[in-house]
Amino acid sequence: MRYLPLTERDRGEMLAAIGVDSIDALFADVPQAARLDGLLDLPRATGEIEVERQISRMAARNVAAGSAPFFVGAGAYRHHIPAAVDHLIQRGEFLTSYTPYQPEISQGTLQYLFEFQTQVALLTGMEVANASLYDGATACAEAVMMASRVTGRRKAVLSGGLHPHYREVCETYARFVGFEITADDPAPGRQGVAPLVDRDTSCVVVQNPDFYGEVRDYSGLARICHDAGALLVVVVTEILSLGALRPPGEMGADIVAAEGQSLGNALNFGGPYVGLFATRDKFVRQMPGRLVGQTVDAEGRRGWVLTLSTREQHIRRERATSNVCTNSGLCALAFTIHLGLLGEAGLTRLARLNHAAAVDLAERLERVPGLHLVNRAFFNEFALRLSRPAAEIVETLASRGVLAGVPVSRFYPGQEKLSGILLVAATEMTTADDMDRLEQGLREVLS
Amino acid sequence: MTALRFTRDHEWIRLEGDLAVVGITDYAQSQLGDVVYVELPEIGRWVEKGKEAAVVESVKAASEVYAPVSGEVAEVNEAIAADPAKVNADPLGDGWFIKLRLADPKELDGLLDEDAYKRFVEEQR
Amino acid sequence: MSGWSPAASVRPVKDLLGPSETITGNRGLQLEEKLIFEQDSPGHCGVDLPEPAPFRCRLGGLERQGAIGLPGLSEPQIVRHFTRLSQKNYAIDTGLYPLGSCTMKHNPRLNEKLARLPGLADIHPLQPVSTVPGALELIDTLAYWLKTLTGLPAIALSPAAGAHGELCGIMTIRSALEARGDRRSRVLVPESAHGTNPATAAACGYAVDPIPANGSGRVDRAALEAKLGLDVAALMLTNPNTCGLFENEIHEIAAAVHATGAFFYCDGANFNAIVGRVRPADLGIDCMHLNLHKTFSTPHGGGGPGSGPVALSSNLAPYAPLPWIIHGPGGLELIEQREGPAEHVLGRLKGFHGQMGMFVRALAYMMSHGADGLRQVAEDAVLNANYLRTRLEDDISLSFPGACMHEVLFDDRFLKDSGITTLDFAKALIDEGYHPMTMYFPLIVHGAMLIEPTETESKASLDQFIGVVKGLAAKAQSGDPSRFSNAPVLTPRRRLDETTAARKPVLRWRPDPAQREAAE
Repeated sequence: MRYLPLTERDRGEMLAAIGVDSIDALFADVPQAARLDGLLDLPRATGEIEVERQISRMAARNVAAGSAPFFVGAGAYRHHIPAAVDHLIQRGEFLTSYTPYQPEISQGTLQYLFEFQTQVALLTGMEVANASLYDGATACAEAVMMASRVTGRRKAVLSGGLHPHYREVCETYARFVGFEITADDPAPGRQGVAPLVDRDTSCVVVQNPDFYGEVRDYSGLARICHDAGALLVVVVTEILSLGALRPPGEMGADIVAAEGQSLGNALNFGGPYVGLFATRDKFVRQMPGRLVGQTVDAEGRRGWVLTLSTREQHIRRERATSNVCTNSGLCALAFTIHLGLLGEAGLTRLARLNHAAAVDLAERLERVPGLHLVNRAFFNEFALRLSRPAAEIVETLASRGVLAGVPVSRFYPGQEKLSGILLVAATEMTTADDMDRLEQGLREVLS
Repeated sequence: MTALRFTRDHEWIRLEGDLAVVGITDYAQSQLGDVVYVELPEIGRWVEKGKEAAVVESVKAASEVYAPVSGEVAEVNEAIAADPAKVNADPLGDGWFIKLRLADPKELDGLLDEDAYKRFVEEQR
Repeated sequence: MSGWSPAASVRPVKDLLGPSETITGNRGLQLEEKLIFEQDSPGHCGVDLPEPAPFRCRLGGLERQGAIGLPGLSEPQIVRHFTRLSQKNYAIDTGLYPLGSCTMKHNPRLNEKLARLPGLADIHPLQPVSTVPGALELIDTLAYWLKTLTGLPAIALSPAAGAHGELCGIMTIRSALEARGDRRSRVLVPESAHGTNPATAAACGYAVDPIPANGSGRVDRAALEAKLGLDVAALMLTNPNTCGLFENEIHEIAAAVHATGAFFYCDGANFNAIVGRVRPADLGIDCMHLNLHKTFSTPHGGGGPGSGPVALSSNLAPYAPLPWIIHGPGGLELIEQREGPAEHVLGRLKGFHGQMGMFVRALAYMMSHGADGLRQVAEDAVLNANYLRTRLEDDISLSFPGACMHEVLFDDRFLKDSGITTLDFAKALIDEGYHPMTMYFPLIVHGAMLIEPTETESKASLDQFIGVVKGLAAKAQSGDPSRFSNAPVLTPRRRLDETTAARKPVLRWRPDPAQREAAE
């Protein structure tokens, strides 16, 4: 078997050196009743040709985003990834290396994570960022738990414009970890959280652009929170928006929890993605996840190490700030490389391209009878209110080869007033031809 | 200087007038390694005997500092917050953590004296 | 290895060029590399993008004012930068990682190729389910393999890592207990357990009650049974345990746990030792997380991403988190809401559906090995570890006599009175071209050294490692501590000052003259 270097002769020699007759002797501690004498009922070892054939067959049954006009967003976005990114992350020293607990032989990983932490802080306008978490939704839940630790309060208020998956993850953690969630009504355009803030509130969580793509200034809400002694958590699900928009740090955010997938990471049917987490310096010891810090070595040369680890589970055990163990290493690397290639000029131009594409698309679709645009402002995604349930329209257009976006009813089934809402995203990958086909398709189904 | 008393969690306590000074022992600081951070309680906070009063962190471990007796926090040692290395350099002197206004001086009687603590530490090794 | 050895007259590196003696600070192929922020060509870019045609800005007046502060570099500069960084890392592709409980096995490249097929990489989790039947099929196939290997009837696939899987497991257990009106307050965790176990239990609102090990390195069954009671929700056990030993009383333990109505959770980090030879369900386990990045070869990636699916008994299955993929009347269905068969779910633990990229890789791995190959994996893993044990037990201190499973535990008794610690010993290994073994874990022995070679090491690789450990042990006992306390000396960086890093954290680059000076 191609991945197993031991030969039968090796095995024989090693068993002899150990002093046992067979490998079964080394499994003697397994209770007799639990020993499997034969093979489990699964296929046998298979060569590359056949494995590739079988998995390719499954892959071929799916409609890839690149093969059709594609407008699906709602928290994960289709962007161009420069060719160099995937080559670099596949270097064996990045792909197959372990967590950098031995810094002398992990300076590569530690240095790029330090660069990543800096990039995330700069993008979000915050003072410090960690070395990533699993994804945006778990980063959001971690932000709420951190706000509880910082304020000593147990009640979090979630905006109705927060991505429903993020809200659901917060609610799961709330139930088990022991805090309370008040979630505002998810109606688009609603800004209902300010009246819900009181002296028991640990934090308010808003998203910008929100789930419907709406862009807002949360500075006023930040002041309301701070006056009540609560923290403002701002979630960003489309990190590219920070190439064009005022960042949460400049609006008074205390914690930013974001999804980094748009930079460097393919759609991958939902994972692996990369959670971004940033906050103020004064809260750094309450921050979950790994942190890389700069230092010097025994010869006085600059280097990097994992630091402030005593907050983490492997040392504090039951008193850890969270039970998070891994970061999303290779996905964070892809993010760092992609953003390194873009730089200031490239990121801002890419953001302009995204917004321009969405503006172009919105202007076309606003002329289609039977729908209207919900947003006053947007970045690269907006909400349309259709005259018929959006879910059926999406299925119909899919059967005609157009992936028209995400019906909000997929997240809120049975909510009549949301059933007509369709989320539509456009990126630098969206062509004029794609837009023609969506416009045409909508005209047909709505007439 | 009045006699030092000790706990089995490696805190020391010493009376200074009507306040009790609390810190961690030399054995504790040597076990922890280089102290990198301390978390001190707010002035005025009530601490209960045997419950957490402060936190001390080194590179490899984080430990609770338990109150040897109950009382109100009257002073905290900002100097160790600014320079945690003092805890390693002078654990029984400049490396003190908090000063408590004692609720019940009789609580001191239950603590180990210097010889008893020395024997206790020997058993740990 | 050809048998070459350095001539006695070759001088140590330190006698030759020191760090200040090359003009660049470089040492041959070991190249110094600044941060990207220190290589900024303002306005430059490594991606050519068109400027959009004029458009009416609809950002609501919230355009960013002022620069972000990101550096501009061309593609050649970026490629060189990250290539140089990669060359400072040790990796499985470079050499053996003897890290206990990490299962640092070879990462097959077929997995990388297949994960990048457009039909798997370029599909969105929220495109209509009717357009991704192959994705559901792949996930269902993975689930089938994992259920067959574990013997458990259900599997929750969304957790993103092992620790996340533990959280899922304990949350599922708590949900099941609450559903029958049973509020319990404690979870039993062995003292040898990995730190995530008590952290997870505490995070779910349970008090953690530790159980000591007995003299043979297994969990003390009498102590465990004494601590069981109607207020215990679960026992969290790792099996084989973190000392590399199979818990031989596991049937009795399972019976005792179940008799009180508690659940038996197993940390599956060490599944590599028994895959294909033992099914956890047959040991009485109700709930077990798997690490796809350990047993199933998905790459560690310098710290992630991982994937931690949780296999569940039929009692726990109804509470598994969303989403579910089930066999419906019309084929595979994706259940995303708390309704129908999923009305009792504990909720959602992550955005979207799970770590699909890792599912593809793990499935390719399992299909490549097959039932026979996977069984051979466990056997070779156990064989390799016992071979190391046999060849090293006279040189370094074996903590528990007798056969081990896929990993072997040593401690620092052999270093007594040498002035050398486990840490120093491990750092000396680095100069010999190895990543150190797991150190100071588990906590139940002093100065622990936990070694797991995995099945993808050849006998020659093991023999070379054995030779190095024997040699270092001899040097440690012959009274030359400086070789160890100064180690490593040949690496891109020597030992780093972790104390200052924690006392005065510098966690990002800043465009500030003082920090730039301090860096140089």
